[in-house]
Amino acid sequence: MNELNTKKTLNGAEVTLECLKREGVEIIFGYPGGSAIPLFDALYDSNMKVVLSRHEQGATHMADGYARQTGKVGVALVTSGPGATNTFTGIYTALMDSIPIVVLTAQTTTPNLGKDAFQECDTSGMTFAAVKHSYLVKKSNDLPRILKEAFHVARTGRPGPVLIDLPKDVLAGVCSASFSDEMDLPGYKIPTYADLSAVEQAAELLKTSKKPLLLVGHGAMISNASRQVKELAEKLNAPVTSTLLGLGVFPADHDLSLGMLGMHGTVYANKAVLDCDLIFSIGSRFDDRITGKLEEFCKNAKIIHLDIDPAEQGKVLEPDVFLCGDAKLVLEQLLPMVPRLDSAEWVKTVQTWKKRYPLTYPKQGGLRMQHVIHTLSELTKGKAILNVDVGQHQMWAAQFFNANYPRQLHNSGGAGTMGFGFPSSIGASFGNTTGWPVCCIAGDGGFQMTLSELATAAIHKLPIKIFVLDNKYLGMVRQWQDMFYDKRYSSVDLVGNPDFVKLAEAYGIPGLRLKRSADTERIIQKALDYNDGPILIHCECEKEDNVFPMIPAGAPITSMITEMPKTKLEKPTGST
Amino acid sequence: MNPIQEKAHSISLMVANRPGVLVRISLVFSRRGYNIDSLVVSPTLDPNFSRMNIVARGNPTILEQIIKQLEKLVDVVQAKDHTNMNVVEKELALIKVKCSPEQRTEMLQLCDHFKAVTVDMTETSMIIQITGNTDKIDAMKSLSQKFEIIEYIRTGKVIMLRGEDKT
Ligand SMILES: Cc1ncc(C[n+]2csc(CCOP(=O)(O)OP(=O)(O)O)c2C)c(N)n1
Ligand SMILES: [Mg+2]
Repeated sequence: MNELNTKKTLNGAEVTLECLKREGVEIIFGYPGGSAIPLFDALYDSNMKVVLSRHEQGATHMADGYARQTGKVGVALVTSGPGATNTFTGIYTALMDSIPIVVLTAQTTTPNLGKDAFQECDTSGMTFAAVKHSYLVKKSNDLPRILKEAFHVARTGRPGPVLIDLPKDVLAGVCSASFSDEMDLPGYKIPTYADLSAVEQAAELLKTSKKPLLLVGHGAMISNASRQVKELAEKLNAPVTSTLLGLGVFPADHDLSLGMLGMHGTVYANKAVLDCDLIFSIGSRFDDRITGKLEEFCKNAKIIHLDIDPAEQGKVLEPDVFLCGDAKLVLEQLLPMVPRLDSAEWVKTVQTWKKRYPLTYPKQGGLRMQHVIHTLSELTKGKAILNVDVGQHQMWAAQFFNANYPRQLHNSGGAGTMGFGFPSSIGASFGNTTGWPVCCIAGDGGFQMTLSELATAAIHKLPIKIFVLDNKYLGMVRQWQDMFYDKRYSSVDLVGNPDFVKLAEAYGIPGLRLKRSADTERIIQKALDYNDGPILIHCECEKEDNVFPMIPAGAPITSMITEMPKTKLEKPTGST
Repeated sequence: MNPIQEKAHSISLMVANRPGVLVRISLVFSRRGYNIDSLVVSPTLDPNFSRMNIVARGNPTILEQIIKQLEKLVDVVQAKDHTNMNVVEKELALIKVKCSPEQRTEMLQLCDHFKAVTVDMTETSMIIQITGNTDKIDAMKSLSQKFEIIEYIRTGKVIMLRGEDKT
């Protein structure tokens, strides 16, 4: 029997809190309400740090940002009904990117379930498709086991969001169950090492490759396999390209690095995809953003696919070898089996492409987002954490920020959730132990979706550099309308934007204005030097700039466009 | 029946007895636009687990993916496609037909042939219970059409691996 249990009887809320502590939770992002009061009451005299967000979506993205930064499980706590529904975007965002978060949603009392009671919401019913797993707790005594399981499921295997729905009477009722490590998960399996024969097959395939290409995805980041990826690339002498979420696992500065591939990837990465004779995906899931037209993707190359999720095998394309396991462990299995490849010619070719087709942007005209990002990268020497929103600025952040370290670029990749960048930067800032500045890179559109969290950043004096890259447009959508829809700019003009500097000041956050390219270095340096909490940098950028290179959605990689075409383009066949 | 209908697959699942498990499973099918023909949930020897037998139709490659995604569910212990495997497959149907006393003999002959039994009889109707594999039940149903079928219900298929091994 546990000491805590013998001292006094605890209610469900207190037990929940104790369980969180036992899971190593140090911070909760939340927003209270009627059904959640028992939990907030337990928090009142606890030493758990609670961050009050200004919207439950914000709280969920904060938990997500915290998880991405630390690798630990992020926790959000909200009330029933609308409090719960407000978290759904955040839960789905975490699911799409395999982020471990536990979302605690309060619920009406158990006798009220199903009776349309005030703020009753079939939260678990509505979220089945958006969670890795979920619970509706019916008995206070189940709490210790369920919390134990929830954290275990969230953080292990392919991580993901777990939701726990907590009826108010379960929280207020006495819980006499002891804290134990017992779990009851007979159907839950966690792959670790891959099948040895599969690893041997992969090694055999690699040995015969003269034009190998490593494709690094988020799985490599999650499994902390940076060192193994680098060792493998160097041992094989194989170039490395990366998905948006894999950026930083392999240093951008490395000779063998090709940066990001796919829709807005580098020319040389995409050329390498076209020309390689073997592609080895380490924790990527062949998303349509990277493959383009599937039938043409790596048509003549052997494919090795390493993923911890067995359901990824053959989901998008059928690999020659599937390695099911944890990236780091499987690479350790594989490393001793592979020699240096006969790839010198190939590496030379790829490096020539790298020189011939560098990422560039026009230097004339007004302030360019590319320039802002590039300057930030230079001034910080790449030692910064970037929480990026969704849109053109996001693609330029991926292209022009030199990420040499894992967990320094945080993007909503799978979901592409506008409004993610800023609140996730708050979560990252709470979890940041690097000593590097946390920068939020947001567009004028996405920033306005969750800007209420300016209060949260201000109250906690979080040293976040909030870059609002303002082109007065929903730029990414405008670009598509520009390129494929005869410039019929439909509902993309953000006329009515506030003065972001004044807005920040209204929250007590200083704001800087950046309008002229020539001032970029000075203003960014000023923002970086500021050390008294958050600062907002309103960057008034070129209104109509477009992101290149670009492979239209659903088109083969060979259809890559590197500058604005003079003639009209076909509408893309792929989604969004 | 739709002539271009895709092949029916018999899937067997072992699941933890938890609320919500059925929804989670059906979502995996509905997301891929897969039609479930029948679904049987049954207790097992261990009260903590249930057995589910699902018959579903669609593209076999998608089904393979569905099985993997079912396996991935935390509450699913095992998911297997038993199509073309050495299994005993049975279902039960009840067929209610209009049947006058004059027609009875013919109806009973039919039952006899299919080893079906009558479980209810009135002056004007009869309920026939038949067990067996899908084809047999289909045949019985089709022959019963000679009499007017008032209603008809099937349990859906249950599957068990032949031999000593567990399904
Ligand atoms: C929540 C949400 N709504 C809509 C979209 C579709 N969308 C993708 S990018 C984009 C434009 C983003 O505009 P802004 O934030 O100003 O960034 P910019 O592209 O101008 O850099 C939109 C509307 C989305 N990704 N997320
Ligand atoms: Mg914009």
